[in-house]
Formats: sequence, structure tokens, C-alpha cells
Amino acid sequence: MTTTGPATVPVTAALALGDDALVLSHRLGEWAGHAPALEEEVALANIALDLLGQARVLLSLAGDEDELAFLREERSFRNLQLVEQPNGDFAHTIARQLYFSTYQHLLHAELAAGDGPFAPLAAKAVKEVAYHRDHAEQWTLRLGDGTETSHERMRRACDALWRFTGEMFQPVEGLDVDWAVLESRWLESVTRVLGRATLTVPEGPRTGAWSAGAGRQGVHTESFGRMLAEMQHLHRSHPGASW
Amino acid sequence: MATAAAQGTARPEADGARNTTGDEAEYQHVFDAAVAADERIEPRDWMPDAYRATLVRQIAQHAHSEIIGMQPEANWITRAPSLRRKAILMAKVQDEAGHGLYLYSAAETLGTSRDELLDKLHSGRQKYSSIFNYPTLTWADVGAIGWLVDGAAITNQVPLCRCSYGPYARAMVRVCKEESFHQRQGYELLLALSRGTPEQHAMAQDAVDRWWWPSLMMFGPPDDESQHSAQSMAWKIKRHSNDELRQRFVDICVPQAESLGLTLPDPDLRWNEERGKYDFGTIDWTEFWEVLKGNGPCNEQRLTQRRRAHDEGAWVREAAAAHAAKHSGGTEAAGHRTTGAERA
Repeated sequence: MTTTGPATVPVTAALALGDDALVLSHRLGEWAGHAPALEEEVALANIALDLLGQARVLLSLAGDEDELAFLREERSFRNLQLVEQPNGDFAHTIARQLYFSTYQHLLHAELAAGDGPFAPLAAKAVKEVAYHRDHAEQWTLRLGDGTETSHERMRRACDALWRFTGEMFQPVEGLDVDWAVLESRWLESVTRVLGRATLTVPEGPRTGAWSAGAGRQGVHTESFGRMLAEMQHLHRSHPGASW
Repeated sequence: MATAAAQGTARPEADGARNTTGDEAEYQHVFDAAVAADERIEPRDWMPDAYRATLVRQIAQHAHSEIIGMQPEANWITRAPSLRRKAILMAKVQDEAGHGLYLYSAAETLGTSRDELLDKLHSGRQKYSSIFNYPTLTWADVGAIGWLVDGAAITNQVPLCRCSYGPYARAMVRVCKEESFHQRQGYELLLALSRGTPEQHAMAQDAVDRWWWPSLMMFGPPDDESQHSAQSMAWKIKRHSNDELRQRFVDICVPQAESLGLTLPDPDLRWNEERGKYDFGTIDWTEFWEVLKGNGPCNEQRLTQRRRAHDEGAWVREAAAAHAAKHSGGTEAAGHRTTGAERA
């Protein structure tokens, strides 16, 4: 962050990456006090904190972090529809984590290897995300290859979120990434993990004509507005106040 | 430890004690001498059954308080008004889960298990701090909890760093470091509100008004009504009486409130030159006992949420156990095996 001021950073990309991290962090924060074991209280909060840290750096590159987080409306957010999906049961949260952290890990590794404006940020984030990915993979194995109930729940969760995964590979303006290569690596990784978890790769489409790239263009799913209402309420109730 | 070893009277181990009950008096003598010499009692040392039982009760209640205490604060994670505050709050709630884990581990050294203790919490047979039965109604409550509730907890816990039971004392050292940090953050949150807009200032004052008395109640009943105090002090589990600690806390808080620009809701609060301490008003002990009996504003809600998280998470824990059992030949969770391929 020392060599790149906001002027040289592609704002669209900073918002896309920053909003992904912000929104997923918020969703994980909803688990606090509700996790299935104390160790998971710690782990989920830890991942949420990492993501929030990433979001703060990225949003600050694009403007004022709090203005961007608390004063934009739904149609101005650029996050993937995947990360805004409600937590559901623990399997849904893990499936969402598996799909997203695998993507984020591959993406940050590629950005870190390049010399673009996001390379320094990605170099730091990739270490955190490697941990997130490991956590999601381990739980995918435990749930998929655990009991009949957990297998069935994990299967349903993977199926339900599958249709949001195609959106991750729509090109983002300002990110110099070979999206097709990223997508094939992602597919290969997720296929391998699901196989080891005794699950099969879902059969449905990974995007619909109605959803391709939609989150990146500010078109979201219905629960997202409600999430923002909760997140922004207090900040908006005290215009201009500092906290 | 040093003294017993130096005298050549190595501390008897618990297992040995059961085989040779005739030596009980001698074991008691060694235990008393160790406590008197401010040595630490360790898990394998012989200890009186009542000492063990009191520690289990106290450490478990402490652990439960960390876990239930996540709820009132987590209530504001999704509404925190800035990203910086949100990060601080998430980190704090995460620390509390970690404190719960240390404390359950400390309790387990006494021969109980986390599952057993959680079961006692869920069935209401073990308690948690009554403070967490109060609701967090505004953002300022997060600051008031940090400043007052964590402040009271630290006042209680710093002396526990010298508690006679080693594992508990060591857990307290780690917990107190993090708690002190939270306490400063809470103070700083209130300061920002107090110096903010008139609405923010009013929000801060309102929170302090609602949390002050419940925080004083955290030190427990007055000395003449405290059932466990005398014995716990003799065993050096406790180092100071409830009323002593409460007084110490009041003396610390009054100047802090002044520098915050907030008032404490007690018309009888004034400096007593003779005592060199603050006099303060009478606590509403009826309220205290009501909350303790389960009739506080959030008792039902807190326990219900805790039970629900546990019950709804049962299938996840069962899955983890089943997975571990299937793969017990290797290291813990899969990762290094190719079971998927084998099955496919």
C-alpha cells in the first residue's frame, strides 16, 4: 500500500474485491454465539476478522471505508451474489466458504505473483485465505464423509449454492487475470475436495442468464437489502457522527 | 512447590491417596502447608474434595460467563457503526470464546469434562455471571460493558492470578491481559460518544446509568451473606472479600467517569476523607437475588440461545466424531488420505 495511491488503483476492482470481503465477513459475524462448538466460534470469527481487515484496506483504496460500507445502497455494491447468501445451516456456510475461499485463494495467489496495484495486498491476504480454504476443506470432508445426516446436508448445501459459482469468473475491470485458467483450477480443486468428501459435483448450471455477473453490476438477491438495512441502520441514524 | 521438595516431603499424588486412606491426615497436612507457603497446587497433587468441588464450581461458572457473555455483545456485531469498531468487537467476542476454552481446560484438570460442564450450564445446574442477563439496548452498551463489566471482571480476576490452584492462576494471567485491552477499548468507545454529538453523549450516559449498578453486583453479595467466601479465602482461592473488591472498583471508576465527562447514577456517591475511599449508595439486593434466581430481563433468552446453538450443532459435532473414527488410522481429520478416490 506504500507505492500505490488511490489514483493509480482501479476503483472498480477495489470495490469488487472489497465488497466480497465485507459482505462475507458480515455473514460470518452473524454466527457469533450460534456456532456448533466453541472452536468454531473462534474459527468463524477469526475468518470474519481477516476478511474485514481485507475489506478495510480495499475500500480505503477506493474511498472512505465507512462511507462506502454504510452509505451506499444495494445497487451500488459490487460483491458476488455468492457471498451475500444467508448462512443457512452450518453445511451451507461451509459450502459457501469452500466455493469462495478456493476462488479467493487462487485469485490472490495470481495477483500476488503479478506486479499490479493489488500485488502487495494479495501477498498478505493469500496467507490468511490459505487458512480459510483449509478450514472449509476440512469441514467439507468431515460433513461429507461424516454421518448420513451430515452427508445429506452437505450435498444439499453444495447443490443449492452451485448456481452462484459461475459469477466468480466474470472478468473484473482492472484485474489482470486469466479468468478461464482460474476457473479451470477452481473446478479441478473443488471437484477433488468433493470427491474426497464422498460427494459428487453438482449437476446444475453454474450461472443462469439472469445472474451472470449480476452482483458485480449491482444486481443482488433479495436477502441482501435486508442485510444492509441491519448493517447500516445505526451509522445512517447519526449523519456525520464519528464513532 | 520448592518448600515441599526441599523438606523431602514430596506432595502426595491423588492416585496414591485413594490406595492408602490412612495417610489422609498427612496429605491434608502437606496440602495445608503448601497453601500456607503460597505454593501452587497442581492437578496431580492431593487436595481436599471440597477444595476440588469449589474450584470446579468457580472455574466452570467463570467459563460459562465467558460463553454466555458473548451474546450481549455479539448482539451488536452486525450493527456496529464503523468498520474499525466492528473489527474491535468481533475480536473481542472471539477472545471471549477463547477464554471459555482456557477455562474449560483448567476445569478439566480437576477431573470433569467440558461436555459435562456444558450440560450443567444448559440444564441450569451451574450458573454464569448475573451481569449477562441484562440487555444491550444501544451501541453505547458495548462501551459500557467494556469499561464497567470488563473493569469489574479485571478487579475480580487480577487477584486470581495468585490463586492457589496453578492451572486456574495461569489461565487468569492470560485472560487478564486480554481483558485489560478490552476494557481500554470500551473506555475509548464511550469517550468517543461522550465527545460526539449531543445524541451520542446522551446514548453514552444512558448506558452508564443502566450498567453501573449491575456492574457493582458482579462482586457478589455483601461479605456477611457470601456463603463461600471464608473457606475460599482460607484456601487462597480468593484473596480479597467481595466488599473490598467492590470498594476498590468504585474508587477506580469515579475519576474515570469524570474524565469521560459522564456521571454515575448514585446520589450518595461522595469522597470520604477519613476513609480515603468513596462512599456509595446501597445496592438493590432484591434485584440481585431475582436475577440470580433466573428472573432477570434476559435469563430465559440467554439460556435458550445457548441451548439452541448446542442442539442445532449436534449433527455437526457428530459428523466430526464419525469422520475422525473412520479415519482414526491417520492423523486427525482427513487431509492426507485418499478416501474419496478409494470409495469412488
